[in-house]
Amino acid sequence: MNLPGRDSRRRLHGMVRKEWLQILRDPSSIAIAFVLPVVLLFLFGYGVSLDAKDIRLGLVIEHMDDQSRDLAGAFVRSRFFQPHYYRDIQPAQQALTERRLDGIIWLRNNFSRRLQQPGPAPIGVLVNGIDANQARITGGYIQGVWFGWLEKYARAQGHKLDAPVQLEQRVWFNPAVNSRYFLVPGLIAIIMTLIGSLLTSMVIAREWERGTMEAMMATPLRIPEVLAGKLIPYFVLGMFGMLLTVALALWLFQVPLHGSFATLFLASALFMLVALAMGLLISIVAKNQFVAGQIAIIVTFLPAFILSGFIFDIGSMPAPIQVITYLVPARYFVAIAQTLFLAGDIWPVILPNLGAMALMLLIFMAIIRRKANKRIA
Amino acid sequence: MGDLVLQLQGVVRRFGSGEATTTALDGVDLAVRQGEVTGLIGPDGAGKTTLMRLAAALLLPDEGHIEVLGVDAVAEPVAVQSRIGYMPQRFGLYEDLSVQENLDLYADLQGLPSARRAARYDELMHMTGLAPFRKRLAGKLSGGMKQKLGLACALLREPELLLLDEPTVGVDPVSRRELWQIVYRQVRDHGMSVLLSTAYLDEAERCDRVALLHQGRLLGIDCPAVFSEPLKGDCFVLEVPPGVSARRLQRDLQAQAAIADALVEGEHLRVVRWPDQPLPTDLLGAQGPALDFQPVTPRFEDAFIRLLRSPDEQPPQMPQLEPASADARDEVVIRADHVVRRFGDFVAVKGISFEVRQGEVFGLLGANGAGKSTTFRMLCGLLPASDGHLSVAGHDLRHAAAQARARIGYMAQKFSLYANLTVLQNLRFFAAAYGLHGKRQSERVDWALDNFELRPLARRNTGELSLGHKQRLAFAAALMHEPQILFLDEPTSGVDPIARREFWARTNALAEAGITVLVTTHFMEEANYCDRLVIMAEGEVLAEGTPREIREGERDPQHPVPSMEDAFIALVSRREAAA
Repeated sequence: MNLPGRDSRRRLHGMVRKEWLQILRDPSSIAIAFVLPVVLLFLFGYGVSLDAKDIRLGLVIEHMDDQSRDLAGAFVRSRFFQPHYYRDIQPAQQALTERRLDGIIWLRNNFSRRLQQPGPAPIGVLVNGIDANQARITGGYIQGVWFGWLEKYARAQGHKLDAPVQLEQRVWFNPAVNSRYFLVPGLIAIIMTLIGSLLTSMVIAREWERGTMEAMMATPLRIPEVLAGKLIPYFVLGMFGMLLTVALALWLFQVPLHGSFATLFLASALFMLVALAMGLLISIVAKNQFVAGQIAIIVTFLPAFILSGFIFDIGSMPAPIQVITYLVPARYFVAIAQTLFLAGDIWPVILPNLGAMALMLLIFMAIIRRKANKRIA
Repeated sequence: MGDLVLQLQGVVRRFGSGEATTTALDGVDLAVRQGEVTGLIGPDGAGKTTLMRLAAALLLPDEGHIEVLGVDAVAEPVAVQSRIGYMPQRFGLYEDLSVQENLDLYADLQGLPSARRAARYDELMHMTGLAPFRKRLAGKLSGGMKQKLGLACALLREPELLLLDEPTVGVDPVSRRELWQIVYRQVRDHGMSVLLSTAYLDEAERCDRVALLHQGRLLGIDCPAVFSEPLKGDCFVLEVPPGVSARRLQRDLQAQAAIADALVEGEHLRVVRWPDQPLPTDLLGAQGPALDFQPVTPRFEDAFIRLLRSPDEQPPQMPQLEPASADARDEVVIRADHVVRRFGDFVAVKGISFEVRQGEVFGLLGANGAGKSTTFRMLCGLLPASDGHLSVAGHDLRHAAAQARARIGYMAQKFSLYANLTVLQNLRFFAAAYGLHGKRQSERVDWALDNFELRPLARRNTGELSLGHKQRLAFAAALMHEPQILFLDEPTSGVDPIARREFWARTNALAEAGITVLVTTHFMEEANYCDRLVIMAEGEVLAEGTPREIREGERDPQHPVPSMEDAFIALVSRREAAA
């Protein structure tokens, strides 16, 4: 006598085993789950950096004397700059136009004399503004070096610098302002989106294309078993991808994890389920791999990249775009991951974000349960 | 009369919405009896697959009632699905799983108890001859083996009703025969009921009962013999008199008002007349020999054609072309010399050689995967040969593929037409693509519209046309630049028997005008339309010659008058025995 419960377990077991065999034999699944995280980590860990380093700075010194030599030395000693020397402004401007320089410091021949007198700043600064972000950072660094030198110079002259406010800056959570520290946690969201939404929706679409879905649907398989049969293997695969990413982040890139690993694991598991739910939703609409892939990239991957706060700060987006980011599940997970890595188990940040993800999961699952049925058209 | 295992009452199923709605099934009543093999016969697009899916509770009907094994398929799909076996058109196999893994999966899904598995696996593997291949990936099996594995998966739990959707399409004749044996064994040993759809009319004769489906309507359901019964006395074979071209005689007969169908069949013509019509015995004129019509037992195919045709129908328009001069006839226009094509480790074509003369209809006959399409693509200069020598219209394809291509017309397997352009726009496009402009272009487009009876369809979107009409349009498009050589890749696959007859009539007219035609097909009986052919299997040529030579080469005591299918099976099994 066959109990219905045993039949159901057997069907689910058959589905999961089949899916695992397919994952193990399909190089593209392995690539997305294990090779891609490594590639992305190396790209963002080593290649992409939002910090300005080795800024090519043209130092135009029209008249060499003690003060100008001393100031030039201050720029040379800074680890941010890569100095190039000029006697005239024209060739330096030419170099700036041709993008061989990122900025120019112009010390005119009356620099030392003007320094003694009251009046406007005696140095000229030109910054290439084509890359606005780079320009801002370059300007900031130049200012930092200039004020530092000015203060030292004033002290050497025996009087205080008469600036009204003395700014003392301190960066919390990422004292070295290392962009890698906040990029890498965000990458976990990207990788889990790829596995959960892109890979899953394409794998289901492939079953439609090859006609295997039709044969499967004609067996006594029930819809919850179909869904679970897809969710379980890809959940495990996604969590492996997550663990790999975290391991590389901690040991290869030395990103500190201030929060607890358990919290990170829990939040990742919830986000993985949301990503999988999106993948399943896409596969209900898209029954060929090309369409499924396009939808998954536009609806899940690109928003996770652009609108999650992974690279671009949500606070500085225009208000309507900010509203849209609330629809992007990755936004909540990126917030949690960055908090956990850089700050710690800050529950007032983590809990609302977890709640938002749980709500999204419930909504997606309700839609799937309504829309998924055993009819093939 | 047994119990009913499947009942459809007034079933209507539409697809799409608004103006694009198509009615796949239009009020179908059908009853399938227990313990019988019921064949669902009809041309492509008749609604066979829709009906199968409705019976498997995979689709909902828009109207009507469906009962499977006494269960309402609309209300309780899972109850239906736990008692049926269903094999979809592409067998539903996971190609990256092994034979055994596919069996395990479907055994799990169908709830076959573990205790019964080992014995059932052994039985099915033995029956399908797949026992030595249990570890092989399903994707690496031949078409015939895939089909048998798909069938084994559907049979795992001994379903009460077995639904097979076109199980034999594109599969070689040997595998087709084996599939029928397996199906009949299930019916005999287990009392299984089977509903099987097919586009092969000769398979209808193997069914206990046949349901004839046409344009979404059921034209009738009965024993095959009942369909052919009214044709008694109207079917004949005709020996082709010496010195008369069988193809020309067929064309002339078909043009007679009294004749419903004329078909080349080996050295004979098979002729079906309309009821109470005189036979045109004096067709060859007063001087010519009188035609000797010998009555034969009607077949299902004869009945099918006569049912679907009407006596008032005009015979299809034939392309008007200048006849070729007789002296050009013997010139070799295509030569393949030890041609090899490899894809990585896989050798698709293994050193084949043949020659084609001008004005010949030359066939490449073989099952799916035999290397026909690869050979074709090499001949059209679309794919370079890995080894060997190919020349077409006097050009070596290795150096002058472009010059050769300008003189050939190519009709690809899926017709490669633009579905969202009208018939006229497609013709203009292809004419322009072949470099025809202005007055010349409009002349050729007019020629195509008239000679292929496309004028009434000129403003229709190509995507809406039936497969037969699409085939006609693709045929016309391939002829826009008046090529000397025409390549037709599986032109009749999936096309209904009437459109297939029209197609061959047109092909014959082209050949008579001196155009060389190369055609691939997996319909064995179509080989009889060729002047000469090669039979291919697994990249090799098994036989070359005229249809008669090939058939007679395989004559043995069991088959005193072998058909092309008999010859094919004999050749393939001899090759397997040697291997």
